[in-house]
Amino acid sequence: MMAALRCVIYRDLLLAVRRGSDVLTVLLFFVIVVSLFPLGVGPDPTLLRTIAPGVIWVAALLASMLALNRMFASDHADGALEQMLLGATPLGMTVGAKVVAHWLVSGLPLVLISPVLALQFDFPRELLGVLVLSLVLGTPVLSLIGAIGAALTLGLRGAGALLSLLVLPLYVPVLIIGAGAAEAAASGLPGHAQLLLLGALLIFAGAFAPWAAAVALRISVE
Amino acid sequence: MNWGSWEKFFAMGGYALYVWSSYLVALALLIAELAFLALRKRNAVGRIRAGGTAGRADR
Amino acid sequence: MSINWFKYSSPQTFFPLAGKLALGFSVLALLACSVGLYLGFFVAPTDAQQGESYRIIFIHVPAAWMSMFLYVVMAFWAGLGLAFNTRLSGMMASAIAPTGALFTFIALWTGSFWGKPTWGTWWVWDARLTSELILLFLYFGFMALQAAIDDPRRADKAGAVLALVGVVNIPIIYFSVKWWNTLHQGASVSLTRSPSMAATMLTAMLIMTFGFWFYGIAAVLLRARCIMLERERLSDWAAEYAKGTA
Repeated sequence: MMAALRCVIYRDLLLAVRRGSDVLTVLLFFVIVVSLFPLGVGPDPTLLRTIAPGVIWVAALLASMLALNRMFASDHADGALEQMLLGATPLGMTVGAKVVAHWLVSGLPLVLISPVLALQFDFPRELLGVLVLSLVLGTPVLSLIGAIGAALTLGLRGAGALLSLLVLPLYVPVLIIGAGAAEAAASGLPGHAQLLLLGALLIFAGAFAPWAAAVALRISVE
Repeated sequence: MNWGSWEKFFAMGGYALYVWSSYLVALALLIAELAFLALRKRNAVGRIRAGGTAGRADR
Repeated sequence: MSINWFKYSSPQTFFPLAGKLALGFSVLALLACSVGLYLGFFVAPTDAQQGESYRIIFIHVPAAWMSMFLYVVMAFWAGLGLAFNTRLSGMMASAIAPTGALFTFIALWTGSFWGKPTWGTWWVWDARLTSELILLFLYFGFMALQAAIDDPRRADKAGAVLALVGVVNIPIIYFSVKWWNTLHQGASVSLTRSPSMAATMLTAMLIMTFGFWFYGIAAVLLRARCIMLERERLSDWAAEYAKGTA
């Protein structure tokens, strides 16, 4: 079964690399959105330093959401999804593998570029670790929750906008705790509590979201 | 609670705008909901009548 | 004597029952709200700190409680429909959503109009109002998802998954918002009444809650009847009913 899951991840990564523009679009969107905020609120360094974690988190959230449609739609279009539904591997695990691939393509790049963007906001260098760690723990949760939304809206008209409406309220706790970690660190408190909570959310989402998404997939495809 | 006079009741101690806006909007929405439901039912019944026996077979 | 528990699980038998129940609960709602409002406006005294503006709580708090209660009930019916594949359960869930959203909106609107004279701003980012706002988005999401799916059975099941995911998330959302609110101590205001509420105020509020609850039941049953007529429009009982109502 592990071989089957490795295949799923490898296939998704290969498809993403071949259509490289998808990955880059998400990354560029992230960068542009983060750059828009100083243009909107003014270049005052103190203000920017304060809002940096929140801005980066919101932008990461939106960028990660952009790529969600792709998770199941292209497989649904060419029939591969139905093969997965019929296959021997439990659907929940297959969905989990697809989420891993999605995160590697749409979440990890955001995490890797976030320190650069944080420096743009003059975010203190010693606090970058907390920010990056919060994103490392938080973006997979976003992918997991997003998978449920993507499965529910599979094949619908206006799926993109509908997906955002469904998934953004569910993202709120992740956003509050994730951005809160770096903000706490910035005010001198350790961000440990938030990071531990993010870890707990990750485990909880990792356990239940693939299963919920699998149920949603069966509903959407049959 | 003895208001003393109707004017005092409607004035709500200076908070008339806030109190009455809240209550009137809430009442309007609840009445609108019921009215909309009545309309929806009339449309549904009308649609059934207009549909005749088309497609009724063995549903 | 064996009880047929499932007698009312078909739209055909539930439809007339729903009508009678809706009428009964409407009357009860009217009674309860009349009593509650009378108590609230003519018995409860003026508040020492907030003057007369506090009287908004007689609809703000009941609406907020109902908005949360209805979401849980909606998730219950949706889950039942998903587990047992019963059409009527799904119809009930769909019937609840708009009423729940309406109560949420009323809670937000009255909360805003209560906050303005009390705290000076039209919107306060306190834990409960912010959670209510997110709850409104959850309701809208449920309604939008069902509206976007043409097949009613798929719409019911998809909505059920979403409602169940939502109901699991609501405590998480509430606590994270509460935590967020206490951390950012700038807005250390809260729209929850202090525990020392005059007995008359509390009684009026509780009676109004029942009033809203009965109204909610009536509205949901009326909407469920509409949904039944729409979805079962090709059935014989619906045709009979349509012929009957002139």
